[in-house]
Amino acid sequence: MSKSYADLLREAREQINEVTPQEVDALPADSATIVDVREASEWEQGHVPGARHVSKSYIEQQIEAAAPDRDAPVILYCAGGVRSLFAAQTLAEMGYTNVSSMSGGFQGWKSAGLSFVTPVVLSSEQKQRYSRHLLIPEVGSEGQAKLLGSKALLIGAGGLGSPAALYLAAAGVGTIGIVDFDIVDVSNLQRQIVHTTDRVGERKVESARKSINALNPEVKVVAHEEMLVAENVERIIAGYDVILDGTDTFETRYILNDAAVAANIPVVHASVFRFEGQLTTFVPYEGPCYRCLYPTPPPPELAPGCSVAGVLGVVPGILGMLQANEALKVLLGIGNTLAGRLLLFDALETEFTELKLRRDPNCPVCSDAAVQARKEGRPLAVEGVDAPFLLTLTGIAGQVSPEARA
Amino acid sequence: MSTVFIPAVLRPNVGGAKSLELDGGSIRDVVGALVEQHPSLESQLLTDDGELNRFVNVYVNGQDVRYLSGLDTPVAPADEVRLLPAMAGG
Repeated sequence: MSKSYADLLREAREQINEVTPQEVDALPADSATIVDVREASEWEQGHVPGARHVSKSYIEQQIEAAAPDRDAPVILYCAGGVRSLFAAQTLAEMGYTNVSSMSGGFQGWKSAGLSFVTPVVLSSEQKQRYSRHLLIPEVGSEGQAKLLGSKALLIGAGGLGSPAALYLAAAGVGTIGIVDFDIVDVSNLQRQIVHTTDRVGERKVESARKSINALNPEVKVVAHEEMLVAENVERIIAGYDVILDGTDTFETRYILNDAAVAANIPVVHASVFRFEGQLTTFVPYEGPCYRCLYPTPPPPELAPGCSVAGVLGVVPGILGMLQANEALKVLLGIGNTLAGRLLLFDALETEFTELKLRRDPNCPVCSDAAVQARKEGRPLAVEGVDAPFLLTLTGIAGQVSPEARA
Repeated sequence: MSTVFIPAVLRPNVGGAKSLELDGGSIRDVVGALVEQHPSLESQLLTDDGELNRFVNVYVNGQDVRYLSGLDTPVAPADEVRLLPAMAGG
């Protein structure tokens, strides 16, 4: 005997328990698995908070992953309450003992004035581009959307900034700011892989923009073609979610630290010398800051930059990529950063060493007293790093030329 | 004997050695022994008053001696002492 749609619907109503949206809303959190059985395009328009999405066409194949316990309560809903009744029958056939269908469906839910959430929707191009991220549960669509909405600032498009810029761009960090006033020199190309031979003589921020957008046209590159100084640091760093410090001078590192702590922006710090590098993440007020680690800059002869001391190109490459890794974790809010730990890298031995860092309770920048003093408009005095210095070949400190900073 | 790791920037002062084995029951003793063997390091590591310069960090087994007992931090045989100045390069 053939059955009409009306017959099937009546049978389903007799067989399946129905609950109202208000009853579902009143359930204690996590007391039932709520499953949205509509199509993906409907789900993307908005859904019941906390619901899982298993489209009715895949219900037999995917329900066991969404609701593994066949005796636990499962509530299905669709748009109007019909498809979920039929889907509930399927679950009953599969041995689910406590299946209900929400009468009125999502329309009923919304009509009742109950709150709903709209999931982040990536474009099909984005789903393809970031598919390897989307497969990782810790990132997924939500994490990728976070990255797309994030802003990272690179101080320097040099040895450290180059790999960091490329990997952050590839990862889909939506806005990448770059502070650099320098031009591309042929001697930069041994390690500064964001630049190219045919762009020697171009401004570094523009050269970096070309490489970043060639890799990922979706990334907005903000060029700050100026030297980071005390007068502009606050303006430049405002609005960024994370900062990667890849400069070549102590002066800039201290200026950046002091402003970033005040603005509560994490700074991923790296520095290199020949075959060695140091890396840590300064998360304001959670871990130490740069001044806790190094209260005063060393004399120039103890800390030459790359242009004087030289550096194996791959060392800033490795450290810059580790900076990008730290930055991505900060932006995604996953894992553990290097806050409170200093990682040393020795390329000759291929050796990583970790040292413990602590907040200096008397730090003039990040201690409680320093915070209070800033609030009262009388910041504590810090030891200045007045003259920009670098070791020259003769060991005499001098003013830094743009080339020497590279 | 404890092992003292010399950062690359200071290695020219110690004949290029990456690390040295030095005697001493405290950081003061170990640094003293180091400076005695390599006098050119004295001004790099110590102030005129004989205190540690603030731009050189000293770690014993990964812990900053500034948060232990400074120069009086005890050093046991087989401990690892690491001198660490800030780096500028980027």
